[in-house]
Parts: sequence; C-alpha cells; structure tokens
Amino acid sequence: MPTAASTLPIIDADPFGPRVLADPLPFQHELREAGPVVVLAKYGVYAMGRHAEVQAALTDWQSFESGAGVGLANFRTEAPWRPPSLLLEADPPHHDAPRAVLTTILGPRQLARLREAWEADAAELVDTLLARASGGALEFDAVPDLAGAYPLRVFPDAVGIGPDGRENLLPYGDMAFNAFGPRNALVERDAERVGALSGWVASQCAREALSESGFGAQIWEAADRGDITHEQAPLIVRSLLTAGVDTTVNGIAAFLHAVATHPRAWERLRRQPALIRGSFDEAVRLESPVQSFFRTATRDVEIGGTVIPAGSKAVLFLGAANRDPRRWEDPDVFDVDRDPSGHVGYGFGLHQCVGQHVARAEATAVMGALARRVEAIELAATPRRHLNNTLRSWASLPLRFTVA
Amino acid sequence: MTLTAEAAPRPKRAAKPSRTARTTDQRAADQHAVVTAVERAADGVVAITLAHPEGRRLPDWTPGAHIDLVLADGTMRQYSLCGDRWDAHAYRIGVLRDPASRGGSATIHDTLRVGDTVRLGGPRNTFRLVPSPRYVFVAGGIGVTPLLPMIRQAELLGADWHLFYLGRSRSTMAFLDELVPHGQRVTVLAKDEVGPSDLGALIGPARADTKVYACGPQRLLDGVLAAAEADRWPEGWVRVERFAAAEQGEPARAQPFDVVLARSGATVTVAPGTTVLDAVQAAGAAVLSSCREGTCGTCEVAVLDGAPDHRDSILSPAERRANTCMFPCVSRSCSDRLVLDV
Repeated sequence: MPTAASTLPIIDADPFGPRVLADPLPFQHELREAGPVVVLAKYGVYAMGRHAEVQAALTDWQSFESGAGVGLANFRTEAPWRPPSLLLEADPPHHDAPRAVLTTILGPRQLARLREAWEADAAELVDTLLARASGGALEFDAVPDLAGAYPLRVFPDAVGIGPDGRENLLPYGDMAFNAFGPRNALVERDAERVGALSGWVASQCAREALSESGFGAQIWEAADRGDITHEQAPLIVRSLLTAGVDTTVNGIAAFLHAVATHPRAWERLRRQPALIRGSFDEAVRLESPVQSFFRTATRDVEIGGTVIPAGSKAVLFLGAANRDPRRWEDPDVFDVDRDPSGHVGYGFGLHQCVGQHVARAEATAVMGALARRVEAIELAATPRRHLNNTLRSWASLPLRFTVA
Repeated sequence: MTLTAEAAPRPKRAAKPSRTARTTDQRAADQHAVVTAVERAADGVVAITLAHPEGRRLPDWTPGAHIDLVLADGTMRQYSLCGDRWDAHAYRIGVLRDPASRGGSATIHDTLRVGDTVRLGGPRNTFRLVPSPRYVFVAGGIGVTPLLPMIRQAELLGADWHLFYLGRSRSTMAFLDELVPHGQRVTVLAKDEVGPSDLGALIGPARADTKVYACGPQRLLDGVLAAAEADRWPEGWVRVERFAAAEQGEPARAQPFDVVLARSGATVTVAPGTTVLDAVQAAGAAVLSSCREGTCGTCEVAVLDGAPDHRDSILSPAERRANTCMFPCVSRSCSDRLVLDV
C-alpha cells in the first residue's frame, strides 16, 4: 500500500468499473495529464499512462517484476487463482527457456509454412460470408461471424487441440483476462465456471490430446530435446490457449472497426495491400486490445520525482500510452501511413507478446481476403462493447459490406 | 535505482514509412557502444566492458549469448557475453589474443582503449541454458566466458552444478578469482599442473538429470562430443559452443542448384564456389549476415521447400533433420531446388 507523497496525484475514478471499461478514453486522458505516476485511490496502487514511462517500465524487468503477478493480486501475499504462467507471470532466469521455445515455435520461420493455408482459409471464409450478399451488399455482426470465426477456425488447429469443446476457448480467455483486475462483478460472474473451464483447458494441454504436428506437439518435442522440462510443457500449451484467441479476435475486430470508421483508409489498403500488415499494428496501437498489465517493484524505483517503493504494485495502462500525444501525432486517428513502431499494444521488452507474428499473420490473411472482394466497409448499426477488466472488446460490431 | 524514460522524441510522420517489423533477433550491427573498461584478466586475455554511448540500457540477453563486435577498421568478431544480465547498462566480454587470429583479437589487445567507440550486433544466442536439476560445465581456456553467466543462473535456479575449467596454466586462465567463492564446485585443470585431462572421465556416463555445456577449442569440443557418444548421452543433453566452424567435409553435390526467393518469386542458380548468401543477395534479397562461417547465426533464413545441405556449426542434428531453416553463408543444397523465405 503506497503512502502517497503530498505531491503525488490521486485519481478517484475506477479504471475497472463499468463506466471506464465502456469508454476508457476520458480516464486515459485524466491519467496522462495528472502526471507520470499517479495513485489509484480505490485500489491503493501506482499507475502510469504516459508512453515514455510505460515503455520504460515494461522494458526494465530488473526493477519491475512479473513473477508477483501481472494483475492486481500480489502472488507474494495471495494465492494465484491457477498455477502461474511460465511466461507472463515469470521472470528471468525461469522465464528464459519457455520463452525461447515459444519464440522459435511461433516465429516467422514456422509461420511461413502456414501462411498459404491460412490465406486459403481466410478466402474461403470471406467467400462463404459474401455468398449471402444480395444487391451487392450485406450486413452481419463481424464479431461472431468474422473476427471471432477466423481465429477459431485456424488457431486451435494450429495448436493441435481436438474438435470438441472449442466453444470454451473464448470464455476461458475472457475469464483469465478478467482475473488480472480486481474481484469485481466481472470476476464474480465467472466464479461458477472457473473449475469447468480450467479443467477443460488443462485436458487440452496433455500430449495425447494434441495432434502430431501442431504448436502443442512442438512444445512437447522441445521437452523431449531437453529445451524445457516435461512438467513445463502443458503449462506452455496453456499459455497459447489462454492468450492466443481472445486477443486476436479483439485485434481483428479493432482493425475492422478502424476501417469501418475511416473509409479512406480502406480505399488505400485495397489499392496497396502491402500496407495491411503494418496497419494492423496501427489498429492495435489505436485500440490496444490488451489495455493494462501490472508489475511489482523489486526495489525503490524513482520515476519523475516519485519513488515507487519495493514491493508495490504499479499498473501500466498500455491503451493510454498508445494514445499519448507526447509520443503520437493525432493519436486518436487511425492512419495507415503512420509508423506505429514503438507502440506498447503487445507490451514491450522481454515479455512482449510472443504470439505477435501469429496475430499479424491471421489479421493480414483476413483483411487481405476482404480487400480483394470488398469495396467498402461501414458501420451498419452502433457497435456494443463487451466489458472485460483487461481486454478492450466488442460484444457486437454490425458492419455493412459492399461487394467489389 | 532511477528509471529514466528512454523513448525517442516523438517522430514526425515519415514520408515513406518503414513497414519492416524487426525482432530483437534481427538487430543489425547498427548499435554503438563505448568502451568503459579494459582490464587484464590473465596472460593474453583482456576483459572489456561496454556501455551505451548515452548511458541507456543495452539490449537484453540470456546466458550463452554472444555479440558481434565491429572495430573501427570494420573487423567483425563474435564474443560471448560474460557479465551480469541484471545490469542492463554494461556488457562484458573476454578477449584472448589469438596468435592464429585474423587480426581481430590482436587489434583489440593493441589498440582498443577506454573511451573508444565500437559497433555492436546481436545479442544472439545459439548456446542456451536449458532447465536441468544438475549441470556439468566444461570450459577450455577463454571458453569459460559463456559459462560464467550460466553458473550464476544455475545458482539462482538452485541447480547442482560443477565446472571443469581446463587451461594450459593458471596464469593463462581468466576469471579464476570470480570462481574462488564456489569452492568445491569448480575443478581447475591446468595442464602444467595435472597433465592432459580425460574428458570422458569428466563428464561420466549419461545421466537423465544432467546437462553438459562445453565451450572451448575445437579439440576439446570434439573430445567432449566423442565421450558423450561413447557414453550414450542423449541428443540435447550435451551442448557445445564453437569459436570456429566445425569441419564439414565436401558439399553434398558438386552441381549447381536453383534457389527460389519466395517473396519476390525470383530464381537464382548457385554455382559451386558461390555461397547461397551471395547468390540471394545478388538477386536483391536483404539477408543480414555476420561471421560467414556458420557459427554466429545471423543469416538464418526459413526453408519452405527442398533439402538443405547443412554445413553450419549451430543446428543440432534434430534441427538439421527438420529442414525448416538454414544458414546460407555456408549451407548449400542436397536437392536441385531450394525455396527460401526471402
């Protein structure tokens, strides 16, 4: 519990309350303008929202550890709700081997072999959807039908899990990302299904549950080579299933929302499909599908005249940093010509999203297929948010597609 | 500890934005560092400490990693990092004056001084420490450098470990003072005191709970690998890092072969005597390279089709069999055609 210096700004708003989760932009503004470091009164934790400090704190793993949990709960004093992640909730040296194994398995070298099949899958999905068009246009809810459908079509197969129970993936991810926040109504709502969902996910991580050539099998093969232990393998598979679905669904939805609300951007991406890949990162910057992660100070850390004492939790608002006008020109604009390098939407430093190449490959395949067949994408009705303590998510994104 | 925000000032929108996503593993030798200390570590060995010219963090690394060091005259050499990764502001390397060197180590010994600027590439790691309840480390001379951070890591992980440190004589063996606190865990085997060592006896019979890491001259590594094979150590349980390329024998084929550049669709024919790296670069593909002898790992490319003739000193037999990547600076082709993701 920090003892706020008299000069340290205090923010009363609850960033995990329904009002801020539904529209975090005013809170992000307040946070950034209050100072480089503030205290969140409701939770008694430090918070940062400016790009420079957030990026620096993410990079400085020596001063800000992840092993005490990257949510509000401090694993040094509270029992985690599940065995901690060997990646997200671990520090060097324990973090090294699992990270190295996943970096290889999810690296560009492996994905190059999947690209063709994923592009064919995307084209087929888009063709099937557009077959329902009448009069050269159609409307559908892009959350279940496209942004959700595509990752669920390619990613579980790529990991190599069986066909049964895949409907549990999104609820499990939703639950895991809620669990980084406080024990509010969103977490309470999941209390009854924690056991069943966790049990299903755990059963998918066993060697015999996985196909012979997927990412999951490759993780087990890494254990056979001694790169990780056989005890670590199922937990690393679990990381893929936890962090690899909801995030991508929301990332693709963010991309679709961005082009639907910036018509000239879509024209440009259609003319120059090579821009699609970088524009996905611009959408990730703008929307920040993962809004926040916590760290814990390993020593007294001075930032902007404030000392964050050893053992204190600090929450880093990635979404706020990605719209910090100190770093980005016209930060609220989706600009396909912007170089979004340095955004913290995937985190930064040694914990930076190990699946980012997978996310880019999926998004590029889907949007590339759309760019070939769809002339215009517009909002068909007002989109509706799905609230999550960590994810910026959509419940519904009704879009109108004009077939080229 | 003060955390300083090190983000670059807000860039103006680029006229022609770069869309190349770069990973930390693809960092070119485009980073500058300044020499902050040059210390004698043994006869013929100096320890050099490097820092960012503006005092910023240096890129993260893991035990076993090496950097490319590019001297003012353009000479590039690879050196293992042997400092403390918890200090993000300093790299330490140990440099042996190698009489057989191509000039790099002699230049460093004779001319590199505190305050000088060098360029860095990497870090890259082709010698990763993997989890194990027990480790046996075998160092030959300056080969102790990548093992020093591994030892620290083994301590942090609570693993049982032992280091056999072989050298000609104690006066030539660097960093002995840093090993003293480890007492019985370290066995110093100076040839002028104990004569030649039996490597097979050092690593002993295969043990499921033990991983062996060896770094040193070619003869030592060959000895360790031969002993490991004789004692039926499983693949992956014995890991070595080479200073120089392993002998590869003749290429698998004497005829030219085609290389298809998947991203541009271009095809180039690679004649005997031309490297795949030179051929694809001439065809316009941007492939970063460094050592050009198959030891550093910089030029790794993905193989989409075909069977490479692996001639590097990096990939394990299992990785070679997977045929998913190759190092085009030395590796060639067994098949008529290779398709590379470049």
